[in-house]
Amino acid sequence: MTTVNGDMTEQLHDKRTVVIEPAGLDRLIEVLSRQGYEVVGPTLRDGAIIYDRLASTADLPVGWTDEQGPGTYRLRRRGDNALFGYAVGPHSWKKFLFPPALTLWRARQAGESFEMEAETAAEPRYVFFGVRPCELQAMEIQDRVFMKGAHIDPSYRSRRENIFVVAVNCGHAGGTCFCVSMQTGPRATFGHDLALTEVVGNGSHYFVVETGSGAGAEILDDIPHREARDEEIAAADRLLCDTAGRMSRELETNGIRDLLYRNYENPRWDDVAGRCLTCANCTFVCPTCFCHTVEDVTDLDGRHAERRRPWDFCFTADFSYLHGGSVRSSAKSRYRQWMTHKLAAWIDQFGTSGCVGCGRCITWCPVGIDITEEARAIRESER
Amino acid sequence: MMALVAEPKRKPKLAVWKFASCDGCQLSLLDCEDELLAVAGAVEIAYFMEASRSVVKGPYDLSLVEGSITTPHDAERIREVRRVSRHLVTIGACATAGGIQALRNFKDVNDFIAMVYAVPQYIDTLVQSTPVSANVPVDYELQGCPINKKQLLEVIGAFLFGRRPVVPPHSVCIECKTRGTVCVMVAHGTPCLGPVTHAGCNALCPAYHRGCYGCYGPKETPNTASLSRWFGGLGMGEDDIARAFRTFNAWTEPFRKESTAHER
Ligand code: SF4
Ligand code: SF4
Ligand code: SF4
Repeated sequence: MTTVNGDMTEQLHDKRTVVIEPAGLDRLIEVLSRQGYEVVGPTLRDGAIIYDRLASTADLPVGWTDEQGPGTYRLRRRGDNALFGYAVGPHSWKKFLFPPALTLWRARQAGESFEMEAETAAEPRYVFFGVRPCELQAMEIQDRVFMKGAHIDPSYRSRRENIFVVAVNCGHAGGTCFCVSMQTGPRATFGHDLALTEVVGNGSHYFVVETGSGAGAEILDDIPHREARDEEIAAADRLLCDTAGRMSRELETNGIRDLLYRNYENPRWDDVAGRCLTCANCTFVCPTCFCHTVEDVTDLDGRHAERRRPWDFCFTADFSYLHGGSVRSSAKSRYRQWMTHKLAAWIDQFGTSGCVGCGRCITWCPVGIDITEEARAIRESER
Repeated sequence: MMALVAEPKRKPKLAVWKFASCDGCQLSLLDCEDELLAVAGAVEIAYFMEASRSVVKGPYDLSLVEGSITTPHDAERIREVRRVSRHLVTIGACATAGGIQALRNFKDVNDFIAMVYAVPQYIDTLVQSTPVSANVPVDYELQGCPINKKQLLEVIGAFLFGRRPVVPPHSVCIECKTRGTVCVMVAHGTPCLGPVTHAGCNALCPAYHRGCYGCYGPKETPNTASLSRWFGGLGMGEDDIARAFRTFNAWTEPFRKESTAHER
């Protein structure tokens, strides 16, 4: 498993680069399942590629790709049998590590006092099969929030420590991707046990596989593979180079923190507020947003209470509710909070940008608000 | 909020009142089945015509009011209900927004009467269908057409124990994404009112590949104008946009303004 303590550097192991045929990936799923893992990864549902259980590679969106733009997403046939020929969809891995709804404890009345029961459901051990490079960075960012500060979230940690990560380098740049600007892709450089690059076309179909941890190297013993030839490695490298050259969007990050801090009163915030629905879809799909709230509920007889922890969103009025009212009552203040936290305050708080350039918030915003466009408008207003 | 159970040994008295409505929201209470016993254990059901003809005299600790105010008689009766109720909670789109019958508010009610009734002189009705809050002060409004029974139990429980009900006023989108539904607007191009609609239905329609119809009424800070512009981009005509906002919650201010802006 990837190490999650320290700086996410690769575990010391003899790094290897091998080639696996498509059938070898089925074998990989089989071996990991037999070790007690639950394998989850991309699969088709209701016109999109989401993350759910995989029994074999047949459950992957074989031969499909996506067309994405601001506020729009459509599946298309690729015309080949690629297993990973698409970009990220509406789900992210955070739903497994930081579930959208969690019960923290229950309490029962017992005579004059209460009995507390902590939630102790056994966490599944997941294989994340098909993690994109930007998503590895998103996980690293959430690690900083939940595990590397003064307070450690036990639920997150117990899930996080047990995962096996199969990363997939990107041979297809999605219509809203900008990982190159955020320096998070299209190649996985840390945080995985194995990293695959899929090469498909001209009658061949194979995966160039790099090991990223001792566990990744070990599992190769059970998977048919051979050493990668130089030309195969070169073909994979070319592919990733092409993807980097085909980024659909760009976000200039130079001095962005101070830029946004300087522009609290920029009229652009009014402009975006005219479009923003404060619906919170962007924060929901963002793989780094981590806000949550706690709520208490009781039974009608008052003998049973429980505390729940649902996700929370800086786009709702309740989010900033202090005594007597909401501090951020306008859409302007909520959008400004979200973007300024993500791209600026996050740097002060966690030592990294809160954005990995995955493009989800652009695609899944019902009215297509584009964070790269908003940042550009603010920058240009200073010219 | 003061807890109703603060007074020992006496079960709080619950009353359920009906005005102009379809009874669907009251049925949500009967539909509670498993939980109904708990309700009966926690409160004395003192007045609930839909369930029982026996009536316990007021005053009542908690009154649930279904239906809108549409006749002079209603207008009088709701004042009486307010007078005998310690807490008054409206349930459903009719009681909180005027209901589908508030469509009359956009036209001349006499035209409808002439069209529908053979003997119009027997009809005694108000010019508008109004929410309860336009007639008397209300303590809490539970939105939805029909209301969600779990939310109703939550509100009753919260009133019993003097805590704030957990009924988030945010968008349907949050429920939609929480249950993992793929957005029908982004992925299918289907117009959806979810981004401006109050949560509570658990995003039922998008889970069945339909856009949200707005049954739960406006959420907090609904930006209906922006959503309408996007609907236009999806190919919806002005009439259809006006109609989308003119259903069960047509008379709420945000939806009323939006439908009127697209009316020709
Ligand atoms: S802010 Fe948008 S592009 Fe950046 S990580 Fe979040 S969802 Fe992806
Ligand atoms: S930016 Fe888009 S997704 Fe985010 S709250 Fe505003 S309208 Fe919703
Ligand atoms: S389907 Fe409708 S309710 Fe669901 S996220 Fe999309 S716009 Fe919101």
